Amino acid sequence: MWKLLKYLKAYRKEAVCAPLFKLLEASFELLVPLVMARIIDVGIQNQDTAYILRMCALMVALGVIGLACSVTAQYFSAKAAVGFSEKLREVLFAHVQALSFTEMDEIGTSTLITRMTSDINQVQSGVNLFLRLFMRSPFIVFGAMIMAFTIDAKAAFVFVVVIPVLCVIVFGIMLISIPLYRRVQERLDRVVRLTRENLLGVRVIRAFCREPQEIKDFDESNDVLVKVQLLSGRISALMNPMTYVVVNFGLVALLYVGAQRVDSGAITQGSVVALVNYMSQILVELVKLANLIITVTKAIACGNRIQTVLEVPTGCVPPIAEQLSNAARDLAGAANAARADSALGMGTAVSSGDNMENSDPERYGFKQSGSDAKPAVSFDHVTFRYRSAGDDALEDLTFTAKRGQTIGIIGGTGSGKTSLVSLIPRFYDVSSGSVSVNGRDVRDYEPDELRHKVGIVMQKPVLFKGTIRSNLLWGNEDATDEDMLEAIRAAQAEDVVLAHADEVKAADGATLLAGLDAPVEQEGRNFSGGQKQRLTIARALVRHPEILILDDSASALDFATDARLRKAIRELNMKSSKPSAQKEARQGLKSQAGNAAAANDSAMTVFIVSQRTSSIAHADQIIVLEDGRVAGIGTHEELLKTCEVYQETHYAQFPKTEAAEISEPAAKRNSGKTVRSGQNAGKEVLA
Amino acid sequence: MKKKNGQSDILKRVLVCIRPHGVLVLLSLVMAVVSVILTLYLPVLTGQVVDLVIGPGNVDFAAIFAIMKKMAVAIIITALAQWLMNLFNNRIVYRVSSEVREQAFRKIEILPLQYLDTHSSGETVSRVIADVDQFSDGLLMGFTQLFTGVVTILGTLVFMLSVNAGITLVVVILTPVSLLVANFIAKRTYSMFRKQSETRGEQTALIDEMIGNQKVVQAYGQEAHVQEQFDEINKRLSKYSLRAIFFSSLTNPCTRFVNSLVYTAVGLTGAFSAVRGLMTVGQLSAFLSYANQYTKPFNEISGVVTELQNALACAGRVFELIDAEAEVPDPETSDSESIASDKISVSEASGKFPLEMLPANPGAVTLSHVSFSYTKERPLIEDFNLSVRPGQRIAIVGPTGCGKTTMINLLMRFYDVDGGSISIEGKDIRSLKRKDLRSAYGMVLQDTWLRAGTIRENISMGRPDATEEEIILAAKESHAHSFIRRLPQGYDTMIGENGGNLSQGQKQLLCIARVMLTLPPMLILDEATSSIDTRTEIRIQQAFQTMMQGRTSFIVAHRLSTIQNADVILVMKDGHIIEQGTHRELLEKGGFYAELYNSQFVMPA
Repeated sequence: MWKLLKYLKAYRKEAVCAPLFKLLEASFELLVPLVMARIIDVGIQNQDTAYILRMCALMVALGVIGLACSVTAQYFSAKAAVGFSEKLREVLFAHVQALSFTEMDEIGTSTLITRMTSDINQVQSGVNLFLRLFMRSPFIVFGAMIMAFTIDAKAAFVFVVVIPVLCVIVFGIMLISIPLYRRVQERLDRVVRLTRENLLGVRVIRAFCREPQEIKDFDESNDVLVKVQLLSGRISALMNPMTYVVVNFGLVALLYVGAQRVDSGAITQGSVVALVNYMSQILVELVKLANLIITVTKAIACGNRIQTVLEVPTGCVPPIAEQLSNAARDLAGAANAARADSALGMGTAVSSGDNMENSDPERYGFKQSGSDAKPAVSFDHVTFRYRSAGDDALEDLTFTAKRGQTIGIIGGTGSGKTSLVSLIPRFYDVSSGSVSVNGRDVRDYEPDELRHKVGIVMQKPVLFKGTIRSNLLWGNEDATDEDMLEAIRAAQAEDVVLAHADEVKAADGATLLAGLDAPVEQEGRNFSGGQKQRLTIARALVRHPEILILDDSASALDFATDARLRKAIRELNMKSSKPSAQKEARQGLKSQAGNAAAANDSAMTVFIVSQRTSSIAHADQIIVLEDGRVAGIGTHEELLKTCEVYQETHYAQFPKTEAAEISEPAAKRNSGKTVRSGQNAGKEVLA
Repeated sequence: MKKKNGQSDILKRVLVCIRPHGVLVLLSLVMAVVSVILTLYLPVLTGQVVDLVIGPGNVDFAAIFAIMKKMAVAIIITALAQWLMNLFNNRIVYRVSSEVREQAFRKIEILPLQYLDTHSSGETVSRVIADVDQFSDGLLMGFTQLFTGVVTILGTLVFMLSVNAGITLVVVILTPVSLLVANFIAKRTYSMFRKQSETRGEQTALIDEMIGNQKVVQAYGQEAHVQEQFDEINKRLSKYSLRAIFFSSLTNPCTRFVNSLVYTAVGLTGAFSAVRGLMTVGQLSAFLSYANQYTKPFNEISGVVTELQNALACAGRVFELIDAEAEVPDPETSDSESIASDKISVSEASGKFPLEMLPANPGAVTLSHVSFSYTKERPLIEDFNLSVRPGQRIAIVGPTGCGKTTMINLLMRFYDVDGGSISIEGKDIRSLKRKDLRSAYGMVLQDTWLRAGTIRENISMGRPDATEEEIILAAKESHAHSFIRRLPQGYDTMIGENGGNLSQGQKQLLCIARVMLTLPPMLILDEATSSIDTRTEIRIQQAFQTMMQGRTSFIVAHRLSTIQNADVILVMKDGHIIEQGTHRELLEKGGFYAELYNSQFVMPA
């Protein structure tokens, strides 16, 4: 909690002024009993009405000054507290944004949300009260004691006994309460989680008629919450009565001592009244202090929870950028590239020639390079395991994707497809081996620079509140309307935009352009799954990324749309590269794929993760994954001949009879089966 | 948010919520009275002591001791009463807020999906959690301070009158000024608190959206942009908060100032009376402390009032949720229930269906002249007719956005039809209990949803009493067993919110296992296998097929290969069935389906 106070720095002036003005106000308040004593001892004793009037005027003046001070103090403390929590929220939000995927997976969303909202609110009211009262109350308590000393030292000793006892009570209760409040907050987290789950999973819960069970669960955790709340309430309920007892017994003692002192003639009757007044002022302050303590203990508990989030290190370490280690990695990379090449077993002269470039020391100047087929993404003996997982998600994965190539990734559920593509933008760090983009280890990039090269469309399509335009601008802030429309067309999302266009009151009716400003609700709630998918694809395309990753992002699209989408992406890619050689290359994609596709530097490297062989059949390279290991790498035709897993997958989707009638590759099925025994040696290495 | 609940209405609702705790409230009140009276009695005793302490040699120690004994007893009883009152108040407040929370949660369970689909979950969560929290905080403050405050004011009045009526008059006339001031401030701050609360809701929604989808935000490097958006709301929130907090905190100094005026007035009149010998110094001392005691509750009450403003604003938001129109209740034998649903404009007939029971293993589903739309302006499904015989496999295909998922919303009665009717075994589904209707279906959606908990808990969600063998069997049938086995703790592996580290396909497998375990009489698969690889999918299809022998099933799919053996394929476009028939028939027809099919199966060369 205390570390958080540094965010109060910007409001140092306010944070100092607030208690200061409070102190001023308090001092004026402390003078009041003295004035009253004067009225009794001088005014009443001497029957001096003029004196009484003067003193009363003084008291009113003290009140006015007190009011002015107090208003100033309230303003400063409100400003400091609000500013502090604003800053804290800002910092916390920024921090959460910087958390790596691993940490996000581990901490969980709903606790982050409670911490950002309810915890910070508690801290805010804590700080506000703290600034106003924490200085004032002790000041009044001790001030009252000092004033008592000015009246009569002997009587004032009662205060010296009472105040430490009060301190022990107040701080003791506070110490016991803090951990209890933390527990309250933890229980609250669970209640939040259940509420969220029931909102997000409402269809499943109702489909299974789980409502009664859910209500039971909720009631249970709510009960647990109440129990802890009651327990902590019971402790803080002691505060008021205990302080009351102590102060009032102090009062009794004061009266007794006072009586003796008056008896011996040391003090006057008015002084006794003043002493009693001071004691009751202490009591009043303590009541306030008790409330303050409750709020502050809550605030501290909540502050600690915020602190723990802030202490979670953000995952992405900035580039190591040490030439030495770079050089070492280069050497290893070159060697590995060669190994990878033989492992790939594709044996085409072009590709091995390209891989040789891996060792080209000039490859950092990738942008200007005119030569073809630079490696855009290469995996070098990559093994990856999620932090909490028992098993490797990916094991010893090696391949190279050259610029402009389309890479298909296919494999069973849980075979590591998503993990593989998540490593490219460095959502996670590899456990061993390395991933390079443009020949440079991804860990050597600034995360921003790296992610700017990559357009990724995730499995779960998410749009954000705003308009279609604002969502597309996420992909590329400088995109023109034309860019956006082009991306929308390519993503086959024209009808989506048109369908929502009539929500915009545009003069020229429901045009595509008008549709750009169609509103998008939170998380794209007003779009269907398929619509969202296409818009998220458009969002990635607007970016003109060097590397486009489609992570099973056509799953909600029907086949026809899917096919059109892939065609459009291909065309988009070609448009940006040299058109002449491209088209031919596409037709004869088997042999020249690598060569032609990489003819231009600005060509996009496309990764398509899919379950459907038809979606990736045209890829320059298809990586077949099984249980995190490569089961085969090659083109559609090669894999049909050599890779059993791929064959099975393909024929499952294109059953013999149908496929044989329509699809040419399928017709080759029988021959493919026989060829399999004669597959090349490189493949065997992988299998 | 359309309904502007007046503050007094909300207050009434709060009182209704408190009513069940009447006994505790009464006890708390009694304790408050006891502690206040004794607290007030103390200054009288103190005054008596002061009057006995006149001057050197003129102190009656014996009398003083007697009074002191009384004081000690009073102090102890007061403390005890205070403590008990605190306990009672805690109990009342936490119970009430927990009940309100439970009420809100129960409401969530019966809210129509229309509501949930159109309200952000973050905002709803903020209502159930943060608002209830603020509400209970406010209530607690209100209880502990308003109670004692009011009793103190009344008590002080009586005591002061007994001492000196004239000065009492001065106090009584002056004090309401502070109340006026407090009221003036409170009126102005209420709207500020409401604004603050609304902005807070907005911020929570943003946090929910962005933190919930942090991965996308990071993938697009939009952190700065999102931060900007956040900062904007944050700035706005802090502007409103500053106003709300500052203006509400003015109450205290202002009333305190009024108090000091009262104090001075008492001092002045008291001193003059004393000069004229109308009262003793001890009485004046008692009076001064009464003046303090009397005005202090006004301070507190005004402080509490601002706190209560905030609490009421929050309570208002919670009640808005609780008052949101619920689903049309299940038909009941009595007619009284259906009155509540009168306001539902969806159908003039809703709620007027007599309760009927489904036979065991229903299978015939009929849709006649069904029309439906999410928004009035955009009709989606119109005059939809379909008759399904028991045991038929119905496949629904069509381009994205043609209304396939909507069909499922209607079949499961997540939404009610606007016109026409859907019936099972000849019984309108609106005449069935939702529980009966929904448990007749097993549903697997494209949008996988899992909860935080173990794998086992997730699979057995539909049948919590399932045995270990049954669970494992279901997992095996859905081909989830092999990946579950490889998890660190197998079936006891905890998965995080919404699946945590599981892949989309793995989540889907678990969802399928969940349905496999329940063995429902009918089945709905909405893109249930879209993220599962084809080989596994085929195996799962086979498992489904065995399981579905003789059961009616509805399948939405993109992969036409998986639906070829369907008895009826419905080809939908723009909310209408444009083609209907078996795979063969449709291919021969050469229409839209054939086109779709060919686009999938002709490998573009």
